[in-house]
Order: sequence, then C-alpha cells, then structure tokens
Amino acid sequence: MNAQAGALLRLESLDVRFGATHAVRDLSLHIDAGEKFALVGESGSGKSVTALALMRLLRGATVSGRILFDGQDLMALPEKGMRAVRGSRVALVFQEPMTALNPVRQVGRQIAEVLELHEGLNPEAARRRAIELLARTGIVDASSRIDAYPHQLSGGQRQRVVIAMALACKPRLLVCDEPTTALDVTVQAQILALLDELQAEMGMALLFITHDLGLVRRFTHRVGVMERGRLVESGATESVFARPQHPYTQRLLASRPQRRLSAPPEPVQPLLTASGVGVEYVRQRGLWRREAHAAVDGVSLQVRRGETLGIVGESGSGKTTLGMALLALQPLARGEVRLDTDRIDNAAGAALRSMRRRMQVVFQDPFASLSPRRTVGQIVGEGLAWHRPELSPAQCQEAVLQALDEVGLSDRHGVAGLLHRYPHEFSGGQRQRIAIARALVIRPQLLVLDEPTSSLDVSVQQQILELLAGLQQRHGLSYVFISHDLAVVRAMAHRVLVMQRGRVVEEGEVEALFAAPAQAYTRELLAAALLD
Amino acid sequence: MTLPIPEETALPPRAAAAAGAASPGGRAWARFRGNRLGWVSLWVFAVLLVVSSLAELVSNDRPLLARHEGTWFVPVLNNPPEVSVGGDFRTPTRWTDPLIADEFAKHGNWALYTVNRHSAQSTNPFSDAAVPGAPSSEHWLGTDSQGRDMVARLIYGFRVSIWFAIVLTAVGTVLGIAAGAVQGYFGGRLDLTMQRLIEVWGAVPELYLLIIFASIFEPSLLLLLVLLSLWGWIGLSDYVRAEFLRNRSLEYVKAARAMGLPHRVIMARHVLPNSLAPVITFLPFRMSGAILALTSLDFLGLGVPPSSPSLGELLRQGKDNLDAWWIIGPTFLLLVGTMLLLTFIGDALRDAFDTRKA
Repeated sequence: MNAQAGALLRLESLDVRFGATHAVRDLSLHIDAGEKFALVGESGSGKSVTALALMRLLRGATVSGRILFDGQDLMALPEKGMRAVRGSRVALVFQEPMTALNPVRQVGRQIAEVLELHEGLNPEAARRRAIELLARTGIVDASSRIDAYPHQLSGGQRQRVVIAMALACKPRLLVCDEPTTALDVTVQAQILALLDELQAEMGMALLFITHDLGLVRRFTHRVGVMERGRLVESGATESVFARPQHPYTQRLLASRPQRRLSAPPEPVQPLLTASGVGVEYVRQRGLWRREAHAAVDGVSLQVRRGETLGIVGESGSGKTTLGMALLALQPLARGEVRLDTDRIDNAAGAALRSMRRRMQVVFQDPFASLSPRRTVGQIVGEGLAWHRPELSPAQCQEAVLQALDEVGLSDRHGVAGLLHRYPHEFSGGQRQRIAIARALVIRPQLLVLDEPTSSLDVSVQQQILELLAGLQQRHGLSYVFISHDLAVVRAMAHRVLVMQRGRVVEEGEVEALFAAPAQAYTRELLAAALLD
Repeated sequence: MTLPIPEETALPPRAAAAAGAASPGGRAWARFRGNRLGWVSLWVFAVLLVVSSLAELVSNDRPLLARHEGTWFVPVLNNPPEVSVGGDFRTPTRWTDPLIADEFAKHGNWALYTVNRHSAQSTNPFSDAAVPGAPSSEHWLGTDSQGRDMVARLIYGFRVSIWFAIVLTAVGTVLGIAAGAVQGYFGGRLDLTMQRLIEVWGAVPELYLLIIFASIFEPSLLLLLVLLSLWGWIGLSDYVRAEFLRNRSLEYVKAARAMGLPHRVIMARHVLPNSLAPVITFLPFRMSGAILALTSLDFLGLGVPPSSPSLGELLRQGKDNLDAWWIIGPTFLLLVGTMLLLTFIGDALRDAFDTRKA
C-alpha cells in the first residue's frame, strides 16, 4: 500500500525524555486511515508513552519531533486546539475500565458529557445518542443500563462503556492502550470482536498498544516492535511473525511458553489430597440477616509427588481462594485437606508449623509479596530462622545465599550485595526469583504458585517458567499452578483442573483435555485463549 | 541444567551506589543525615535538651565549688549553713548576700559559679531594682514580675516542658500503636467492639475532668501525665488501625502466614514497619502538641504547681506585663523554635524510614 501519501497519522523522529530518562528515541511510523496498527513491546519499552505523547497528554516530559495527523502538525497546535482534537478526532481507550470511569457518576452522563462538549448536542439528544452507542457496543437493555454507576457493571460492560465513550464523536483514530489486559479471556475475545466490527463499520484507524503477541497476530494489519524506546522493526503483521528480522523480535516471538516438563510421575500415594472442600464468605445483609456465598464449592483434588496440577479459570472462579484453602490460610466451611495422611485444615500449634514447612506459596504480584521495608536477606532468611532455629547465623546466611543462587541471583550472576538490598531495587522478574527463594529455602515438598508469571513480561515469564521446571526436576517438587493463562498452564502442568464459579467443571491430563475438551465452558475458554 | 540468566543483571546506577553501604540501619542513618536541615535541627535540639537537663549546672545561684578558710564546699549539691562560710546565721547560705560576697573576695577564698548565676526560684532581696526588670549585665534577659531571672526561668521551664512532652508522646504512641495494631490486624468483631469502646471513651470531656481533678488533687506533673495519656492515644490508634487493616491483606503477610510465623511476629516484623508512616509523620506534631497542652494548662493555672517554672506560666506573666517585652518575646521565640526543630527532625525521620530513598 502506498502509505506515505494517504497516511492518517505520521510520527517523524518522535523523541520523549523525562529528565534523564530517554523514554522514546527517534521514533517514526505511520498509520493509514482504516488501518489496524499494533505497537508491541515489554513493559518500559515506551509504547504507552508514545500513545500519550501523540495526544500531547504527557506532563513533565520533553517531546520533540513531528506528529502529523491528517496533514496537521499536532505539536504546533495550541493547547485549546489540541482539546478539540482529543476525544473528537483521536480517542483513547485505557487498560483498566474501572479507573477510566468516574465512580460517582452514571455512565450515561459520562458519555453524554463528551457529546455535549464536542458536538454541542442538547442533553436530551445527547442521552438518546448515548443509548444508541451503548446498544451499539453490545450492552443489553441499554436504555436502563445508561443510568447505572460503573460499579454496577461487570468488567466487560465497563470496557464497552469506555469504548462507547471513545466512539461518541466518531474519531478517525482510536488509540487502545492494552484494552483487554484487565479482562477475562472470554470477555477479551468479545471486546476484540466488537472493536473489529466497529472499526470496519466506521472506517476508523486503530492504534493497538499491547504486549500480547497472540492478539496482535489475530487482529492487526501491521505491527511495530518497540524495545527500550526504539522502534526496532515494523511491517505487515504476517511477514513480521513469519520472518522476524530483528533479534529482539525473534526473542520475543520465541519466548512464548515452551513445554519443559519431565514425564509425569508414577501414580503413588498422593502428597496433597483435598476432598469436598468448600469455602464460604459471609456477607452481612441488613442488621440481622447474613448471607453465605460459596467461593469454593465441593472441590476434590490430589497432587502427587513431583507433579504439577494446573488450576485454570476466570476471575471470580475461586481458584485463588482454593489455593489459600489448600495452604490452610482460609478456614474451610466443609471438607478436608490432607498432607500425606495428616489433616492440615484443622491442625494447630507445632503440628501445623511442621506442615507449613512442607508447603509454601509464591504469589502473582512480586511488588506486593515482598515487604518493602525488609532487606532481601531478612525476607529469605526469616523462614529459616523460624523453622530451623538450630542453625547458627552463619549457616543461615549460607543457606540463604545458596537458595538465592539456585534461583539465579548471586554474585556470579552479576547481582552484588544482595542481602542488604531492598526489594524495590530489583526488577519484577528478579523479585519473583526472591519470592521463589523465600519459599525454597526451607526445602518444602509442595509449592502453591498463584499466577506466578502473570505480571511479568513474556521473555521474563519464560525464564521464570524454566526456573520452576528446573527446580521441580532437581528437587522432585510438587506444584499447584494457579493461572488464567492457558498457554502457561499447558506448558507447565501435568494435569489440569478447570474451575467455574467455585466448582470444578472438568479435570484431566493437560494434552488430552486441551485436545478434546468435554465441557462447553472449557471449549469456550480454549477458543478465547487464542492458542495456536 | 544451566541456570537462566536474570533479565536485568546490571543495576540502575542509584541502586548500585546504595548497595555499597552496609547494614539497613546504617543506610537509614545515612538517609537521615542526607536531610541537612533535619540533621542540623537534631543537633540543636540535642544541645538544648542536654543543657536544659543539666540546668542546675548551667544556671544556679549556688556555686559549683567553693573554698573557704581551707575547707571545700560543693554548694550545688549541699548548701552549707551561713556560719560555716563566715556568715551570722545557721540558715543555708544566701550567695547573693554582699557579706558573703565580701567573705569570698578575701585572699585564699574563692567560689566557682555557674554560667548564669541565678536559679529559677532565686530572687535578690538585696537589690532594689524594679520588677519586672529589663535586661542588664546581671540579668541577661531581665527578670519576671517576681524578680526571678528570665534566662533561668526559660531553661528550667523548657526542661519541664520538653521532658513532659517526650514522656507523654512515648506513652501515647505506644498505647496508640498497640490498640490500633490489635484492632487492624485481627479485625472483625474485636475491632468493632474496641472501636465502639474507643468512641465512648473519646467522648469523655477531657478538659472538665482536668479541672475537676486539679481541684481534688494537688496539681502535679504526674497527675497531668496520667490524665493526658488516658486520651492522648486515641487519634493515633485510628491511623494505625487503618494501616494495619490495609497491610494485613497484602501478599507478603499471607506469605509470612504460609511460613507459619505466629501473629505477634507477623505484626511486629511485617505489618508494623509498613504501618509506621502515620506514626512517624505525627510524631513531631504530637511532641509539639504535648508541649502546647502543658503550656496552655499552665496558662490556665491547671498545670504544674504554682511557682514552679514553666513556659505556660511565663506566657501568662507576659500577658499580665505586656510592657515587659523580655518576658513574652523570648518565651514565644523558644516555643516557636522548638516546634520548628521538631518539625524538621520529623521530616528527616520520615526520609530515614523510607527505604525507597537512596
């Protein structure tokens, strides 16, 4: 296609600095009218900054270069002229619909506001248009939903409202910054289908900012790959995926989860057995009435030594609550959990303490799972001091260093002065390694991994998965691997459990289950997960 | 199998520099010193504290050491009767007496006086100067309405105020943290019950109680301390409770529970250090609040026993003698200066507790 002539948006040597930090370097690209362009890269690559820069929404940044939109240089526009462009000709859809909407105003009012501002509609006409837009974005019963507050809608509905708001003035360019990242896979697929449909109908251009390669491949015409503020490669999506030229693109594409598992162990006595586990949350309804809500409902499972049991499901399916119940961190309403033959759910005192030593946990968010005011040495050494008080301080330190070395953090990996440093001095992947070391140092037999890679970049994710697989082989560890990411579970688990609304809907060997899912829900999940 | 290489082996320059320093405590101290204003304030405050704590050795009408006719005396500790230093009476020596001064001017006799030769209570019956007297070479900041030296009154008054504030703040902070921590960490019914009890307790009219108690008992610092401590912790406990409520649900607390650590260890080691922000932030304000509380009670006449030196009592004298600027001025400056120092120290303290600062 002859891009240079008909380009809707052209960025010429865009450069963004925040003080000493060079966020975007010499970036040039173009997007044609009606085109779907994706900007991919890992966190910190500058893709979101680029989107904000082209709408001139960056504060405290030094921006240079040219931004040509429809032949007009946005950089030269005064702030007032820019306000007319934002929202009406270029619109933005954010990642997190809950924070993008004002929680104390009805969604209809928020959409109508845009229309009154940019199109000069009167309140009644604006309301009618808002209902049309909501109906168009697939909200059932739009004329009553229009008076709902954001918290009364589901995540997918909220994102539809945000899209309706962005589309209100028929923009020529829609910038979507990770529009589906915060949503469940099945909802993700619906939102993408909606965007696709609307784009074709309205003929607008889409700039898609994402880290999700599967989505890029399915959804966009052209793609640009960013690494540390530079556009390292761009071209038609098919050709970039088929023949990546730049080493970074090749690495990114290769870093999709690979199966690196040892053969499943022989069926022996299970290490962990849960039978009929139920967890209830009690909600106070009025003054006297209490209502029990079953977060986990009658789940039974077994984990053998050296085996990984994957638990998949969407948000609210109860998989994390189940994990906490297995660890005896959540009181059970029904059922029992046994480690070998001993019950852990009603154990207490020394018995519980010795069982705690045998099972540990690694959480999703490496920022929240390490106490920010304790050093790495204190964090990793704490469990050791508690469970093995017979060790001398020198032996403790030795064991801590060994555990850190095992997860790839030590002097010989180029990370010096580890013990006295605080978690915030490490990257996300390194923090997750610290969290794994904290769990490993007391030599547990079972690890509950609660979305251990969900907040990490793809290449880092692959490294952590390899680390976990290696540790399992060396120590014969059992894993309970909780994830919403089917690709990761497929790579990591021997057996898998599919959960929906607190119940197990399907269970089986990973490959068999993924190849021939028996339940409709599982099929839906798999179809939405864009596995290829 | 080979170990994967961490994705980010090179440290950011700031972190690399910080990694050089040794222990966490050392780094916290370095952060404190990094705040120049707070660091200087701490020194000034420490000097003030030491000087006022040793008030008897700095400002006293009795000499530190004296020699009379071959005999040694330590009047600052044990004032000898007048007869033993050449006077006429068996009463304790009055060192401002011209007769005694003559006695010590004789050859071989001498006395070593403190920097300021007045104590908080001493008056000079041998002087016929007007009171309150303006600053002079004898009284550097003049005298108050009873002819007592202002410098001495300020030093002794500051000592009472500052130590009262330190003890009151310490007691209030410990109680506030304990109550807030238990409420926030355990939550649920316990939290609800304690919260209602605290509301009832907080509704008791504190000032009336003080007035009533001041009329029943002999007013004393201890009584004031106990009465103010009974309510002083309530405001802080709310903040600590909120922090604990937030922090207890974070994943590092769950990880510590999965580790099998007992509640008290989790509270002390994990939740508390991350909940200290409001405590540290309010610390200097609590200190200055405590100083002001005592000052205002003294001003109202409900505070320390009459005639004992205090900043509030000086303020009242200043109000009664508006023409004597040397009473109200220095008292006011001392109060404002102290509050400023405490605020600056508080700022530096917050930096020291913020592990994110290099």
